[in-house]
Amino acid sequence: MISKEEIKEKRKIEKQQKKKDFRKRLKDSRISYAMMAPYLIIFITFTIIPVIMSFLLSFTSFDMLEFPKWIGLDNYVNLFLNDDVFLIALKNTLILAVITGPVSYLMAFVFAWLINELPRKIRWLMTLIFYAPSISGNAYLLWQLLFSSDRYGYINSLLIRIGIIDSPIYWLKTPEYALPILIIVQLWLSLGISFLSFRAGLQTVDNELYEAAAIDGIRNRWQELWFITLPQMKPQLMFGAVMQITTSLGIGAVSISMFGQPSVEYSAHTIVTHLLDFGSTNSTRLEMGYASAIATILFFLMLVSNLLIQKIIRRVGS
Amino acid sequence: MMKDDKDLNLNALTPALEESDLQATRKLQLELTKSKGRKKKYHKVRLSRSVGGDIVLFIILAAFACFSAYPLIFAICNAFKPISEMFIFPPKLFPKNFTFANFIDLLNLIGNSQIPISRYLVNTVWITFAGTVGHVILASLCAYPLAKHDFVGKKVINQIIVYSLMFSSAVTTIPTYMIINWLGLIDTQWAIIIPAFGFTLGLFLMRQFMDVVPKELLEAAKIDGANEFVVFWKVVMPLVKPAWLTLIILLFQSLWGTDGGTYIFSENLKTLNYALSQIVAGGVARTGTAAAVTVIMLILPITVFIINQSKILETMAHSGIK
Repeated sequence: MISKEEIKEKRKIEKQQKKKDFRKRLKDSRISYAMMAPYLIIFITFTIIPVIMSFLLSFTSFDMLEFPKWIGLDNYVNLFLNDDVFLIALKNTLILAVITGPVSYLMAFVFAWLINELPRKIRWLMTLIFYAPSISGNAYLLWQLLFSSDRYGYINSLLIRIGIIDSPIYWLKTPEYALPILIIVQLWLSLGISFLSFRAGLQTVDNELYEAAAIDGIRNRWQELWFITLPQMKPQLMFGAVMQITTSLGIGAVSISMFGQPSVEYSAHTIVTHLLDFGSTNSTRLEMGYASAIATILFFLMLVSNLLIQKIIRRVGS
Repeated sequence: MMKDDKDLNLNALTPALEESDLQATRKLQLELTKSKGRKKKYHKVRLSRSVGGDIVLFIILAAFACFSAYPLIFAICNAFKPISEMFIFPPKLFPKNFTFANFIDLLNLIGNSQIPISRYLVNTVWITFAGTVGHVILASLCAYPLAKHDFVGKKVINQIIVYSLMFSSAVTTIPTYMIINWLGLIDTQWAIIIPAFGFTLGLFLMRQFMDVVPKELLEAAKIDGANEFVVFWKVVMPLVKPAWLTLIILLFQSLWGTDGGTYIFSENLKTLNYALSQIVAGGVARTGTAAAVTVIMLILPITVFIINQSKILETMAHSGIK
C-alpha cells in the first residue's frame, strides 16, 4: 500500500518535473522568441495595446489634457439614447455593409472564376483591369468629376442627352443619392486583396478533379462550382470574407472625401466618420472617451460579424 | 568570413541532401513552378460548359471590365486635354487636341512653391523605402518561427494574428496617436514608418507562404552546421521571394499615398501626396493640373503590380485561413 504522503510527494516531484520541462522548452526555443521579438514588440505596441486602451478609455471621460475620469457606461448610454447622429451613422454603416459586403464578395469570386477560364494573356489583362482601382490611391476622387453637379458632369450630361432629366442633378448634395453613390464607388474599389486570393486559389485547384468529376456525372458549371471548386477553395473563401467584411464595415474615408465631413443631413455619415468627428486630433471636440466607445462598438461589430460568417463558410459544400 | 557564408546557398546545399530531402526539394520546386505549367494546360474545352452560358457570363464580365476601367481611362485622358476641352457640352472622353500643358503647368506651380518639390519627393521615397524594407525584414523574421518552429505560445500568437486581420485600423486611431505621442515621434517621419513595420496582413501572408517550405530542407541545412539565422537568410528567404514581392507591393501602395496625416506638421517633412493635394485644392482653375497629379500618383503602384502580377498570385494562393 502506498500512503497518502507518498502520493503527495510523487505529485510534487511530477509537478516540479513539468515545470522544469516547461522552462527547458522555453529555453530551447529562445532563438524562435528572439527572431519574433522585434516584430511582436511593434505589433503589440501599435495593435494589441491600442485595442485594450480603446476599450478602457471607452468607460472614461477624456480630453487628452487631463487624466481620464471613470464614468462607467455613460458613453454607451449616451451613444444609444441621446445621440441621434450616431444612430444615423449606425444605420448607414449597416446598410452599406449589408449591401457592399456580400455584393463585393460575390463579385470578387465570380469575376475571379470567370477570368480563370480565359486564355492566359487576356487573363493577365483582366486581372490588372479589375485590380487597378483598389491600388490607385485616391483616384476614386474621379467619381466626384463624374457625378459633378453641373451640366459638364459626365453622368448629368449623359442623362440630359438621353432625355431622362432636363436640368442637372446635385448628386453629391442630395441626401437620397448619397448612399447609392457611396455604394457604387465602394464596389468599384472592392476588388482588392480578396479578389487576388480567389484568382490564385482557383489556379491551384487540381485539374484532375474536374476530369474525374466529369466522368462521375457532373454536367454543368454550377454543379462543378458547388461540388468541386468551392470546397477546394474554402481557405481562400475564409480569407476573402475577412477582408471584405472588415472593409465594408470600415467605410469612412471615401465618404469624407466625396461628401464632406459632415455630409448633407448626415446622409453619408458612418460609424468611422462619427468616430473621426469626435476623436480626430484636428477636430474641435476632442472627446476621446466618447470616440473610444464608438471605436469599441465598431471593433465588436467587425469581430462578431467575421466570426459568424466564418462559421457559415465552414459549412460550404459539406 | 562573410564570403564563406555566401557559398552556403541553396545550390551548394543540394548535393549534401539525402534522397528523401532531394525529393522534397524537387517537390517544392515543382510546387513553385506548377502554376506556370498549369496555365497552358488549363484552357481546354470542358464537357461541363454550354455555349449559351459562356456568352452570357462573358458579357457580364466585359460590362464590369468597362465599369472598372472607365474612371481610370477618363483620368488619363483628362490629363492630356487642354482646359478648354474639359468644360464642353457634351463632354468627350478622348482629347481632341492632345497636350502636355497640364503637366507643364504642374511643373511651373511646383517651381513656384517655397519648398522645392524634390524635398517632398525625397520624403515620400524615404518613408516608402524605410517602411517597406523594415516591414519585410521584421515580418519575415517573425513569420519563420511561427511557420516552422515548435514553441510554447505558437498557437496563441497565430490565432491573435488571424483575429487582428478582422478589424481595421480606424478602431485604434486614438490610442495609436497617444502612443506615438508618448514615444516622442510626433512630427517625425518615424510616426509613419514604425507603425508600418507592424502591418499584420504582411506577416500573415508571409507565414502562410513559409508554411509550404519543406521541413526536411531546413533540417538538412542544420545538419550541415548552419544556425537558425543562416537557415533563415540563406535557405528560407530565397525560397519565399514571391512573398516578399507581395509584401513590398502592399506596403508600397499604402505608404506611397500617405499624406502624413495628423502626425507631421513641419512643411519640410511633408510628403508628395500632401504637396500635390494642396495644388489640387486650388479650385476649378486647377482642374487640369489635378488630372495630371492623379495620373502621376496612379502610375507607380500600377506599374509595380504589372511587373509582379504572377509572383503576387503565387503568394496569394497560400493566403487561405484554415
